[in-house]
Amino acid sequence: MVESPATAPAPASAPGRGSLLGRSGGLRTGLLLLPPMLWLGVAYLAALAALFVTSLWSQNDFTGDIERVWSFDNYRQLWDIPVYRTIALRTIGIAALVTVIDAVLAFPIALYMAKVASPGMRRLLVIAVLMPLWASYLVKAYAWRGMFSEGGLIDWLGKPFGIHSPGYGLAATTITLAYLWLPYMILPIYAGLERVPDSLFEASGDLGAGSWTTIRRVVLPMAFPAVVAGSIFTFSLSLGDYIAVTIVGGAGQLIGTVVYANVGSANNLPFAAAFATVPVLVMLVYLAAVRRTGALESL
Amino acid sequence: MIIDGRLKAVLRVLTGVVLLVVYVPLALVVINSFNVDRTFTWPPSGLTFHWWNVAAHSSGARKALLVSIEVGLLATAIALVLGTMAALALRRTRFFGRNVVSLLIILPIALPGIVTGIALNNAFRTMLGVQLGFLTIVIAHATFCIVTVFNNVQARIQRLGPSLEQASADLGAGPFTTFRLVTFPMLRSALLAGALLAFGLSFDEIVVTTFTAGPQEQTLPIWIFQNLFRPNQAPVVNVVAAVLVLLSAIPIYLAQRLSGDVTSGAAGAH
Repeated sequence: MVESPATAPAPASAPGRGSLLGRSGGLRTGLLLLPPMLWLGVAYLAALAALFVTSLWSQNDFTGDIERVWSFDNYRQLWDIPVYRTIALRTIGIAALVTVIDAVLAFPIALYMAKVASPGMRRLLVIAVLMPLWASYLVKAYAWRGMFSEGGLIDWLGKPFGIHSPGYGLAATTITLAYLWLPYMILPIYAGLERVPDSLFEASGDLGAGSWTTIRRVVLPMAFPAVVAGSIFTFSLSLGDYIAVTIVGGAGQLIGTVVYANVGSANNLPFAAAFATVPVLVMLVYLAAVRRTGALESL
Repeated sequence: MIIDGRLKAVLRVLTGVVLLVVYVPLALVVINSFNVDRTFTWPPSGLTFHWWNVAAHSSGARKALLVSIEVGLLATAIALVLGTMAALALRRTRFFGRNVVSLLIILPIALPGIVTGIALNNAFRTMLGVQLGFLTIVIAHATFCIVTVFNNVQARIQRLGPSLEQASADLGAGPFTTFRLVTFPMLRSALLAGALLAFGLSFDEIVVTTFTAGPQEQTLPIWIFQNLFRPNQAPVVNVVAAVLVLLSAIPIYLAQRLSGDVTSGAAGAH
């Protein structure tokens, strides 16, 4: 997400017309902003607020109707019932693990693309990384159902080495999520590394550092904000996922599956709403934490 | 030589291995669509075109594809209008709410999909008492598609600067004439790139869609998801999945024609 500083050409620099332009400019800004803000305000912000309000209501177990009685019962349940705490922590843990796996896998390929590959090769690699992004997310999760299935490709490939497919479960979910979000990590790191001038590599080399030292002490610190920028995607997308875990997760439960079950079959919208605030809070804390790295500006 | 030969070789091998892991599952999907068996057992005992034929006559898949295209086009049209307006409004002005506006536009895709999905589901059903259906899907999709258009248009405006439009105004053109003759032609490829991303995002979306689609309306991802676990539908699902994998080359081709605009915006899509 591009967020460059506003280029502010002062209207005052055109004396005589300055105030007029300024005023009509402000009006025009307002008129242009009104429809999108109205849409997002009504269709989205209001919906988010309503979600929070609903989480304070309750469900009549007998009729299935929502009773507009205010209480913190849903949140208390979340806290008191150990299984929900476990599920929340498990989801956060998997999201963190996915982020680390993606960062480790993305860094070498991003470095190769940015600093080693020839321009033609680079173009090809960018396409190769982008293309899976356009392949349906659902299809990619489904592809891993095939990979992990009993007697499937992983079993077949691993047989000579005595390796078995982990089967459907949390390990499969973690691998699938890491696979799904990998391009979201590669692209920001690639963009970040491309901005590192070659002269820094040369300076580091001239000062006696080998390639590994240069990477550790020069490239990694400079790529860090880009890694953090990528981690926002991988972390947030993993926190909210329920499709991948449904397809390859077996009986494993994550926040997403609990929320989905409570909107659908279990039909307890207020409780689902309360549980859905957990990933929002986690993301807000995470965003506040990474704000200081400057990663938000490089989104 | 800024990176020594050994490290280069290591990076090359790692890149190759990662790309291999990225493409093997996709290849598996395509191969499986020709699989004689209904299971994923590897290697397949034989290959056949039979399922492609069956899939071509699957009315459910065809209907869902049509819904997906309609939703995608409508959501993209709305996102184009709203995203462009927001981007135009935010240029050159440094008013206090600028960051708030950017945040509000990004929020629908920055927050986890279930949050956006359940928030809209709750707003439609509990608050407004609206039946979920075609229109609610379009509203939901348009909401999270605005950001792709906004990002592309904003980046383009920032790169070009205001001088051409100022020249147009100095030559006596009104705001609408300037938009039609100067601003719009400058933005055209950015708009196309934004629209491409918006359509791709909408076409692929499932999480928000499951919460905002009624029982009648099925987009293609929802159709796939609902048939995924039905053993006798598996071969047809395999074919549809294979088609989607192969089709992903089209937007990449278009994106290349639009020269790099999509590359920068894709990081903002989810």
